[in-house]
Amino acid sequence: MKRKVGFWKPFLYVGPAVVFLLVYQLYPAVQTVILSFKDRRSEHFVGLANYKYVFTSPTMLRAFTNNLLWVIFFTIGTVGMGLIFAVLVDRVKYESLAKSVIFMPMAVSFVGAGVVWKFMYNYRPPGAEQIGLLNQILVVLGFEPKGWLLETPLNNFALIAVGLWIWTGYCMVILSAAYKGIPRELLEAGQVDGANDLQLFRHVIIPEMKPALSVVVTTMLVNVLKIFDIIYVMTNGNFGTEVIANRMFKEMFQFANTGRASAIAVVLFLIIVPIMYFNIRQKLRGEA
Amino acid sequence: MNRLKIKKYAPRVVVNALVIFAMIIWIVPTLGLFITSFRSASDVARTGWWTVLNSPLKFTQYTFENYKNVLSTGGMSTAFRNSFIITIGGTVVPVFLAALAAFGLSKLHFGGRTFFYSLIVMMMVIPTQMTFVPVLRLYNKLSMSGTFVGLWLVHTGYGLPFAIFMLHNFFQALPDDLFQAAYIDGASVWVTFTRLALPLSVPAIASLVIFQFLFVWNDLLVALIYLGGHETVAPLTVRLSSLVGSYGQDWHLLTAAAFVSMIVPLIVFFSLQKYFVRGILGGSVKG
Repeated sequence: MKRKVGFWKPFLYVGPAVVFLLVYQLYPAVQTVILSFKDRRSEHFVGLANYKYVFTSPTMLRAFTNNLLWVIFFTIGTVGMGLIFAVLVDRVKYESLAKSVIFMPMAVSFVGAGVVWKFMYNYRPPGAEQIGLLNQILVVLGFEPKGWLLETPLNNFALIAVGLWIWTGYCMVILSAAYKGIPRELLEAGQVDGANDLQLFRHVIIPEMKPALSVVVTTMLVNVLKIFDIIYVMTNGNFGTEVIANRMFKEMFQFANTGRASAIAVVLFLIIVPIMYFNIRQKLRGEA
Repeated sequence: MNRLKIKKYAPRVVVNALVIFAMIIWIVPTLGLFITSFRSASDVARTGWWTVLNSPLKFTQYTFENYKNVLSTGGMSTAFRNSFIITIGGTVVPVFLAALAAFGLSKLHFGGRTFFYSLIVMMMVIPTQMTFVPVLRLYNKLSMSGTFVGLWLVHTGYGLPFAIFMLHNFFQALPDDLFQAAYIDGASVWVTFTRLALPLSVPAIASLVIFQFLFVWNDLLVALIYLGGHETVAPLTVRLSSLVGSYGQDWHLLTAAAFVSMIVPLIVFFSLQKYFVRGILGGSVKG
């Protein structure tokens, strides 16, 4: 027996949220698609000109290449290290302390983390006293100090390292929960059958953690495709470190070109949709 | 030693070494920032922060000057206030509306609720970038860019899909019989929401609040887009990122400013970590 709540009453509860989603998500998304076919002031239709720019201009191609670099190294790095740490911290007595420490960067802003690492990467010419820790280490070891954020492609990897420092803890926390969810008997049975740690990892742990892994991988992929703050604060896309989201921001504010900014957004959207589809499907499965 | 023991003991050293090494990598950068923020301008420019470790207890080498400086002339105190205003509105409004919607979608029976739920979940695929240009235009037309209210509403619009998704999961798990019994006793829908659903879901709502709080507090991009260049309403993240440009190599000031922006999230994180973790797990896999 279900209580009749009347026709309009549910809408009092659900309605406000739906209105917000129409105004802040659905309407602007549709509008952005239309704007992407118009000129910089959205006055005339220009066909595919903005998309031609997105896919052929050297700056955009640079951004795509860098984002691809991010996708590969950031995703493998965060998920890989997150998985390794999840298994490792499970075996030490100070597990919760170790987890807090590695997870901590998630709590502070990416801007804050950007400043932390900009300072770590600080560069002074050879001979001068170094105040950035990484260059000091290089000097002590007898090497020349490096312009971590100035030399391409080194700077892209230096930025990706910051991303790893921030996001590995997130992956670790989710994967650690999944790891603890693996039935103990399964691991013990494996051990009794004579499997070593590596075999156990490949044939028991990884398959058992597949749902959690796919959520983490897709979440990291979406994050990395939208990556903005780190680059904006540390290099603002200079010295060959441009990425897609930062390009969009520049088109919007520096060049006031809404057509191009919208086209970049649409391309980003099209790349993200299939990944989010898998992500949400996996989450809905977890719900059941 | 038999084989089993070797397998058990040999890696233990390695495991501990690896974990401790990782912890050092994760602590040292933040520690360097923290120490530098208490050193004098000339010290910071001349020597690395690690030199204080030679005589860490020599307290005359530390100073609060940098903090005084960034809070007054650096504009960090105004930014601090702005961050609070933005974050409180940007948390309370979406969490409340999400609770209402999630309750309606999971506990009220009406035609089209599957449709609405799917619609809301589908919104999660839209990257915020897809909305910036049209929403900003709308805001400029309504003179809402550069206002706190405008930013609250934007954070509500962006935060709702995930918030509803998460609370819906939780409300679904509450037994229907409970609500049925309340109705039979004559409770109205509103009463079952405020007296039954909300109190029962305090853990879930707490997780969501902390999650949204940290998310909004740490947001840079949305604030940059909708607050434009209005310094008077800029939150800590925006202020800090502009200081990176204007202070350049003044690391004694930059580090202090960065720490000011990090102090609240760090307190929230270390005191309420359990809920934060639960929020993250609630949104991904069942923990």
